[in-house]
Amino acid sequence: MTASVFFGCTFIAFGPAISLFLFTIARDPLRVIFLIAGAFFWLVSLLLSSLVWFIAVQISNKENASVQKGLLIFGVVLSVLLQETFRFGYYKLLKRANEGLMALSQEDAMPISIRQLAYVSGLGFGFMSGAFSVVNILADSLGPGTVGIHGDSQHYFVSSAFMTMAIILLHMFWGVVFFDACEKKRWWAVVIVVLSHLLVSCLSFLNPQYEGSLIPAYVVMCVMGMWAFSSAGGSLRNLKLCLTCRDKDFLLANHRPR
Amino acid sequence: MNTSDSEEELCNERTSLMTGSPPISSYHVETGLPSSMDTQTKRRRPVTNQSNNRETHHEGVSTERDSTADSEDEELSLKYGAKHVIMLFVPVTLCMIVVIATIKSVSFYTEKGGQLIYTPFTEDTTSVGQRLLNSVLNTLIMISVIVVMTIFLVVLYKYRCYKFIHGWLILSSLMLLFWFSFLYLGEVFKTYNVAMDYPTLALVIWNFGAVGMVCIHWKGPLQLQQAYLIVISALMALVFIKYLPEWSAWVILGAISVYDLIAVLCPKGPLRMLVETAQERNEPIFPALIYSSAMIWMVGMTEQSAVQQPSHQERNSDEEVGQSHHDNTEDNRNVVVPETEVHGTQSRTSSAEELEEERGIKLGLGDFIFYSVLVGKASATASGDWNTTLACFVAILIGLCLTLLLLAIFKKALPALPISITFGLVFYFSTDNLVRPFMDNLATHQFYI
Repeated sequence: MTASVFFGCTFIAFGPAISLFLFTIARDPLRVIFLIAGAFFWLVSLLLSSLVWFIAVQISNKENASVQKGLLIFGVVLSVLLQETFRFGYYKLLKRANEGLMALSQEDAMPISIRQLAYVSGLGFGFMSGAFSVVNILADSLGPGTVGIHGDSQHYFVSSAFMTMAIILLHMFWGVVFFDACEKKRWWAVVIVVLSHLLVSCLSFLNPQYEGSLIPAYVVMCVMGMWAFSSAGGSLRNLKLCLTCRDKDFLLANHRPR
Repeated sequence: MNTSDSEEELCNERTSLMTGSPPISSYHVETGLPSSMDTQTKRRRPVTNQSNNRETHHEGVSTERDSTADSEDEELSLKYGAKHVIMLFVPVTLCMIVVIATIKSVSFYTEKGGQLIYTPFTEDTTSVGQRLLNSVLNTLIMISVIVVMTIFLVVLYKYRCYKFIHGWLILSSLMLLFWFSFLYLGEVFKTYNVAMDYPTLALVIWNFGAVGMVCIHWKGPLQLQQAYLIVISALMALVFIKYLPEWSAWVILGAISVYDLIAVLCPKGPLRMLVETAQERNEPIFPALIYSSAMIWMVGMTEQSAVQQPSHQERNSDEEVGQSHHDNTEDNRNVVVPETEVHGTQSRTSSAEELEEERGIKLGLGDFIFYSVLVGKASATASGDWNTTLACFVAILIGLCLTLLLLAIFKKALPALPISITFGLVFYFSTDNLVRPFMDNLATHQFYI
């Protein structure tokens, strides 16, 4: 496979995430730390779910292909549930840490707001999830080979890249909505987040019928994006003001000294 | 090929996070900085009183204001603390990236090419038990060499044999900067089939080495010094990755974390004694074995003088360090020192200029080396490939973050290896054996979690 496939797929998969990181997170050390901590939490959830899956595989019949596939599906569902559990756990940890910090400093304002934490932790989850899904595939795309020589889909790399981009952005949106829902104790919203994550993962079972998995995943991503935007305080009015550079608060807040 | 002692020396002295224990440190405990950041951890190298003053001053920002501004100070300290964590994340990440890039591209460092004299037992044995036994024996020998070197260094330091230490240090840096970089360049050229003539190579190596010696042992721009320290840590780590047999490497990593813990925290531990002696004598740690992340800026003074001053101050105290090649680097490198270099400015500011400080943190080069060895070994030998490398990378960074958090809480020298290496080892073995088959199966079917 060519270098253009490698670079193209890398930028498709990680482009939005890296640009988000560079423009909004890289300058603030606290955000970077919480991003890496979020990635760590995702990693631990993956570890636990792999452990359960591994044990299940060891005690099962390894010859039977359908049993193995069933176990894999079970593994996926379990992993999604564990990821959301760890997201909740991370939320609890951040709340407690913030409360501790505030109690000690006797101050009203926290150095980083819970909304920023939601965004950053969601992106951390997304980075790690995307990296684990796609980095090995990208590394393989640099080497020799023919895609789909045995009759599989020719669009393996590109579809993986697009799916990864969707997953990364979805994790970020899920993070924002999840934390906001936990803050306002709207448990139905939490359930919807978990269900949408399950939906996107289960849609991937339809691969390589990419119309069935990619398009609905992007639809879910747009819906979640709009929901996250509105729960973070955005509205059509805000958006219009921002895009036409008439939002005075935004301009003032982002004014950089010359 | 048997490498020389300098590698071990480098390893011994360089693993610790150091903080000075300023007399006013109690203030900081009361302000109760819960975040990880403001403190420094102490490891193998004791932070001298210079860092005491620095630390005092460093934390003094928050303690010396009145109560009404306490909340501002808390936030400032938290932000400063986070900044220090990032100031350590960046060089550790860079070192790991250099090591991983080399491992992945230059096949020399993954080929078997003999073993160090410190690991004489071979791992090409018939049975698993024999291999395990050999690796444990190798570890015992290596660790005992390190312990002996460290104690030798402490003895030398106590009896003020500064010249000996200094000479030793210079010798080990010479070897790293000239010989190892020459070998490294040679392998890179071989990999990419670059034609290179000896005169050009000699010129390049000479310049690289000479500037490196000047930067590390004398004065130089801070960023250049940092870059050189990262490069020599990466070179050392690559040597270890090549010449340590596989199982021995993992056992050694585990053992050295335990040793680090003991050496820094036990009252009679060599590194702790080193730290305390340095503190009593009010001397800073040798910069050749410690990565420092900040310097003092003085308003109204030229940049050059500001840059040189801190390094100059530190260099003076460098002469104390220098037992064996190995010990020096290892012991020194395992220390993370908080660095507020007010000391330097105090000695030369006579006018009423405003002092704008950029406080920093110091991490021993041994930490860099062992983190990179872990990640490099993971990238070289893991069948899970990039997933394992990524997992180890994140684990090490989180371990470092937690260590700095503990540093903020305890405000005394702490070892920087144990938490990170433990996380790294746990994640390496679990990712390679549990996560890899799972992710491979998912990728085959293109399932996404």
